Amino acid sequence: MSSILIAIVLLATLAIIFGAILGFAAVRFKVEGNPIVDQIDHLLPQTQCGQCSYPGCKPYAEAIAAGEKINKCPPGGESTIIALADLLGVDPEPLDAEHGAENEGPMVALIREDECIGCTKCIQACPIDAIMGAAKQMHTVIADECTGCDLCVEPCPVDCIDMVPIETTVQNWHWDKPANLIATSKEAH
Amino acid sequence: MQPITLHSFDGGIHPQENKHQSTQTAIAPLPLPAQLVIPVGQHIGAPADVIVAVGDLVLKGQVIAQPKGFVSAAVHAPSSGKIVAIEQRELPHSSGLEGTCVIIDTDGQDQWLEDIANGSREISDYLEADNDVLVNRIRDCGITGMGGAGFPTSVKMAVKDKQIDTLIINAAECEPYITADDMLMRERAIAAMHGIQILMKLTSADNCLIGIEDNKPEAIKAMEDALHSVHGEHHITVVTVPTKYPSGGEKQLIKILTGKEVPSGGIPSAIGIVCQNVGTCEAIYRAVAEGKPLISRITTITGESVEQPQNVEVLIGTPVKHLLAFAGFKQEKSLFQKLLGSFNASSNSESESKPRLIMGGPMMGFTLSSDELPILKSSNCILAPSQKELPANDIASACIRCGLCTEACPADLLPQQLYWFSKAGELDKAEQHNIADCIECGACSYVCPSEIPLVQYYRHAKGAIKEERATQLKSDRSRVRFEARQDRLDREAAEKEAKRQARAATAEKAQAAKKAAALAQQKEAAEEAAKNGDPANPDSGPPDSGSAESKAPEPIDLEKLQKQLDAAQAGLKKSMDKIAELKAEAENSDDPAAPIENIEVFEKAVATRRDKVKLLAQQITEAKKLAPPVKKEITRDDIEKKLRAQQDRIDKTQQRFQLAQEQGSETLPALQKGLDKQMQKLKELEADLAQFDKAGA
Repeated sequence: MSSILIAIVLLATLAIIFGAILGFAAVRFKVEGNPIVDQIDHLLPQTQCGQCSYPGCKPYAEAIAAGEKINKCPPGGESTIIALADLLGVDPEPLDAEHGAENEGPMVALIREDECIGCTKCIQACPIDAIMGAAKQMHTVIADECTGCDLCVEPCPVDCIDMVPIETTVQNWHWDKPANLIATSKEAH
Repeated sequence: MQPITLHSFDGGIHPQENKHQSTQTAIAPLPLPAQLVIPVGQHIGAPADVIVAVGDLVLKGQVIAQPKGFVSAAVHAPSSGKIVAIEQRELPHSSGLEGTCVIIDTDGQDQWLEDIANGSREISDYLEADNDVLVNRIRDCGITGMGGAGFPTSVKMAVKDKQIDTLIINAAECEPYITADDMLMRERAIAAMHGIQILMKLTSADNCLIGIEDNKPEAIKAMEDALHSVHGEHHITVVTVPTKYPSGGEKQLIKILTGKEVPSGGIPSAIGIVCQNVGTCEAIYRAVAEGKPLISRITTITGESVEQPQNVEVLIGTPVKHLLAFAGFKQEKSLFQKLLGSFNASSNSESESKPRLIMGGPMMGFTLSSDELPILKSSNCILAPSQKELPANDIASACIRCGLCTEACPADLLPQQLYWFSKAGELDKAEQHNIADCIECGACSYVCPSEIPLVQYYRHAKGAIKEERATQLKSDRSRVRFEARQDRLDREAAEKEAKRQARAATAEKAQAAKKAAALAQQKEAAEEAAKNGDPANPDSGPPDSGSAESKAPEPIDLEKLQKQLDAAQAGLKKSMDKIAELKAEAENSDDPAAPIENIEVFEKAVATRRDKVKLLAQQITEAKKLAPPVKKEITRDDIEKKLRAQQDRIDKTQQRFQLAQEQGSETLPALQKGLDKQMQKLKELEADLAQFDKAGA
């Protein structure tokens, strides 16, 4: 009888000690913010285009963490969906066409500068401050910073902003994958 | 000099050398081509900025493009002539993309720039010259690595994050067919050795190892002879290394000569080593000692499709076509082209007319899409093979996991794993398997029995990883910018809100002050009313003086009461001060009981005094009710005094007015107004006086 009592007392003591340690650790090493949001945000393309209907990538990341679908990001496309599915342990879904189609390649905004009237509307629309200019002064896009989000095109009253594909140069070119041919497909030719 | 212990790297292959074909004749100067096509981006780094215009006449050695940024190199006119175009043209690059090219129609004079021709640019005492002078000269002369990659040499010399103890001269030339460095050493060993001396000085290295493969005995002899002829260079050693591909790889040669390994992802300078190609040394000597920029190089033209395989001194920008014509190129209608045509229908007609050309060697070179493309600073070989000699890649078979590629890999990687990862697009895993350390030597592809284009997969994967990195970097930057903008917007909104609140607060205060003023006015009015004996109705206006006049006067009583009231009020104030004092004392003292009693006493006194004050005030008001307000007698003198004063004031104003009029001052209308008012007052006073006189009469 006493041995049972000893065991109970011992276990209870251990439980209290470990409970105290855990409780202390929970307070002492508390993680600020939600780490999963940052991880999701890291996978999103950061175009800040708002095509997902959230005002930027971070808000969409927060929404995903709260249970929103992962297939609403056209700039990220399939690769982002797969990466998100990997991270969150869910099945990848095809891109939701409602939010737009996947871009063919990276784009960059280009202001036709002689047509610009200096209204600053595109500057206000740019989510990452990648347009330079002042009222009644010509504006221009910092091409290296532009994410190609498209948001400056619509507000322009004189339609002087074009989205142009980023050109491949010798500096940023890289080899294509070899054609996926194997010997057995020889006969097909 | 102690003998050098040679080491070895793992893997490597022994392909057929095919070097003897092109070493039979001396280096031949190539006849001047009619047109030169000079790309401004021949090196690693930013393309140079064109500084000439179409129509300009240029002399041999004149700068046509300035380096842009730190990692860049100048480009010079290889011969005299006229600039006929600056346009986008296809580059001799594996991408087949276009880049800016300067096109020069040569005039046949081949006239040097004057200060190069008359030797004023020569630095003869280069071993005593300042290092900066030498590096600047190397930069100005557009010297880039001539082994293949084309890295600007001045950058390599200028960046010194670590003490360099060994300079390694790469003269291994391990790739089959290529003999440009071999021939250069045979014929220009002295110049190359002087170039090495300059590099020794620039790097302040303790010793120098010249690595030459043992299949070039003439070159080794020439270099040793050159070394003997240069006195006092005991720390330079010519080292014969066994022939094995790719012993000419930078990291492999370092391993062979020193036994040290360049850390993964690092550069040789991390272990105190700098590596330079022997051709670059010769170019450096020419740049420093003769002042001549890099405008020509030795290129091997070889392969079974040319009649006279040989090495030629060729101007940068010379179209390959010109080179082929010189060496006697014969177009081969081969089985290869028929085959190629059979499984690549779209390029059928093209492939018949286009010669099969490789720039660089058979292992690491790339196929040229046309013979119009120019020779670059880094083009060490043009290979025109026959079909039999170098069969085109057949279609790859499936990987049989034989492991030959792993045995052949000189970088100790796992080519098979890398192949799977690259093929499946698992870039992160490829990265974990150190794909970045792949030197793309092609040894794995060479040994692959399934003829899988392994290197192509690695090149693709490396490029994709690089692109992904760049994208990630850009997206990180976008995130930072987005967050900064969001913060800014929030801050602006907060500032606006704060301003709005501040404005609201001031408005409220003003409102409150107004109300308080109104209230005070009411109170004042009420008090006045009370003083005038109408406490019940404070809102009734000023008391009627007529009613007060009818009451009996009691002036003495009132004065007395007033005095008493003042005294009582002074006493009250004194008592209250005392209470405050005592209270403060009580708070400070440790024993609060003592003064409290006193406080009580004083409070009682205050209460009685208050009552007294109240009583007195009441008495006064009552007395006032009875007492008539003292009416001051107005005499005629008073009015006359006022009148005179007013007259004086008007005079003064008029003077000021006249002054203002003369000066045309802006205050004129204001003065006019003031004068009118004063006149009005004067008239009133005159009227008063008249009334008084009338009454008096």
